[in-house]
Amino acid sequence: MSAREDILTAVRRNVPRPAIPLPDVPSLFPLNQGKREGVLASFRKQLEVMGGKSFEVADATAARVKITELFPAAKVVCSAVPEVPGTRRIKDVRNPHDLNDVEVGVIRSHLGVAEAGAVWLTQEDLVVNALGVLSQHLVVLLDPAVIVATMHDAYQRISLAASPYGLFMAGPSATGDIEGVIIHGAQGARSLTVLLVANHA
Amino acid sequence: MTRAVDPEGRAERFIALEEHEATHDRLVWGMRQHRDQAVAAVPEWEELRELASQIKEHTLTHLDQYLEQFEQNATKLGTQVHWARDAEEHNAVVYDVLHGHGVKSLIKSKSMLQEECGLTPYLQRRGIEVTESDLGERIQQLSNEPPSHIVVPAIHKLRSDVAELFAKELGTDPKNSDPHYLTESMRNNARPRFLKADAGMTGANFAVAETGGFVVCTNEGNADIGASVPPLHIASIGIEKLVPRVRDLAVFIRMLSRSALGAPITQYTSHFHGPRRGGELHVVLVDNKRSERLGSPDFWHVLKCIRCGACMNTCPVYRRGGGLSYGATYSGPIGVILDPGFDLRKYRELPFHSSLCGSCTEVCPVKIDISEQIYTWRRVVIGNGLLTITKRVGMTALGTTLAHPTLFHAAESLGETTLKILPRAVLYNPLNPWGKHREMPTVPRQTFRHWYLENRRKL
Repeated sequence: MSAREDILTAVRRNVPRPAIPLPDVPSLFPLNQGKREGVLASFRKQLEVMGGKSFEVADATAARVKITELFPAAKVVCSAVPEVPGTRRIKDVRNPHDLNDVEVGVIRSHLGVAEAGAVWLTQEDLVVNALGVLSQHLVVLLDPAVIVATMHDAYQRISLAASPYGLFMAGPSATGDIEGVIIHGAQGARSLTVLLVANHA
Repeated sequence: MTRAVDPEGRAERFIALEEHEATHDRLVWGMRQHRDQAVAAVPEWEELRELASQIKEHTLTHLDQYLEQFEQNATKLGTQVHWARDAEEHNAVVYDVLHGHGVKSLIKSKSMLQEECGLTPYLQRRGIEVTESDLGERIQQLSNEPPSHIVVPAIHKLRSDVAELFAKELGTDPKNSDPHYLTESMRNNARPRFLKADAGMTGANFAVAETGGFVVCTNEGNADIGASVPPLHIASIGIEKLVPRVRDLAVFIRMLSRSALGAPITQYTSHFHGPRRGGELHVVLVDNKRSERLGSPDFWHVLKCIRCGACMNTCPVYRRGGGLSYGATYSGPIGVILDPGFDLRKYRELPFHSSLCGSCTEVCPVKIDISEQIYTWRRVVIGNGLLTITKRVGMTALGTTLAHPTLFHAAESLGETTLKILPRAVLYNPLNPWGKHREMPTVPRQTFRHWYLENRRKL
């Protein structure tokens, strides 16, 4: 018999009885639900806890100015966002290896989660997935209107099977593996900045 | 015959390194404290625990159906699904895929399952260069040691140990033990390895039956680099990792990092559904005694484990003795109940490497009855005649004494007198490990029973 058949047969023989019913996962647990400013404030606070930063900016122009202000010396700014040209368009990148020199990656997220301080990014947002992890620094544009309260809300709004890759990113890459000292930029981005800007596109 | 690991001896050697022991205890207990703060900030925590437990129990009691559903949906997404009965078969399947793609260099993110299977040495013997990319795991790989903790693999090491190791292995400055410097050195060492790798491997924290995808949680983002840079991604998934629905993920993701480190979420919670653009994705569904465990009424609940490490962080024995004292892939209370299921003879001492205080059960986010299982494993060890001779003699004598009131009172009175006059050597000798690091309490003038009999008469 194949490994598959052997395993399934063994599992069928051994599943514990009685069978336990599947509980509903209610979308209870409201976190400041109904109060937009509460959700935004807690998103910003939690993002900071996770080691990220956030700024409110007025529009796309202000976002471009802010990126230049944050990274004045950056030579390679690779952007997946139409309103921020950067120095390289992600659409022109074919091979993930070509992103190794990126100093600042710019991406738009379409979902934020307040309780986790996380932004949701998919292959469609990143175009080349490695942009999210090979860039030395990341700037993520997020419309405050798309921030939800909890992970329960977030999972209701995303369609996982629709994209081969999607991640909740909460702050920059981090490690505490040497004596518990928290260090940002272990392997992925050294910093994560969220620019809160309304999306009129 | 398999030689039993000696957790007491190993713990003793760790405790002898006073600075290591104290630092380890402080750091591990610190994680427990952070966990408590994070949990206190979630008013519905107990509801989440109950939900998590029920979802896992439901899945495990319908596991065959969910495995088939997962396979079907994963295949539809273009993922190639493999099955492996045991560790050896898992390694062979992985090697076949790698060999078929001409892979010479592999970048790995942390996977306890791959540790369990001994994948890295297996591949290295066949000429594939394997690099662990999680910082703690790489430290352990360079030290030729297994992880000592399932979340922070090198937590038993001091920064000076890492400085010495990196100086030898990576050519860093041996005098510089600043964790920032050491982490940066590893980043710079690992980056070219990510770029050079022909394949990336990950484990999985959760696999979702209704979508056929899986979730990997890391703080470094190393799994994401391994999955997004090389063209080939292989994930090893234990069959117990399934959850039925996407909405179930919310429950577990909310609990995992809060339980582990006190953070609301890991920095990267990544979902893989089919191959990325220009890539290839394989998953290996691994049994390796899980289906056998499923059939054990006493022990199947351990399959609910989400590998958060909360039980280790709270365990007084783990904190003092360190993770390497267990001599096994899994350490701490979860190791005590997992390891004997893999090899009872080898790990027969582990169920006694516990104070049975029950703190592990209290912090477990999926409500595994860990301390009950530790106790039950003791009975299994005894039932199989595997109790060591010193424990057997002592336990039998104690059992007889406690079961007979007359004998007990005689022993009590004897103890009352003899403890005052016996030379220390009777208790503190090499034949009695109990006497190590312990002092007997001062003996009261009389036993409670004597006092009671006397005073009641007066009333």
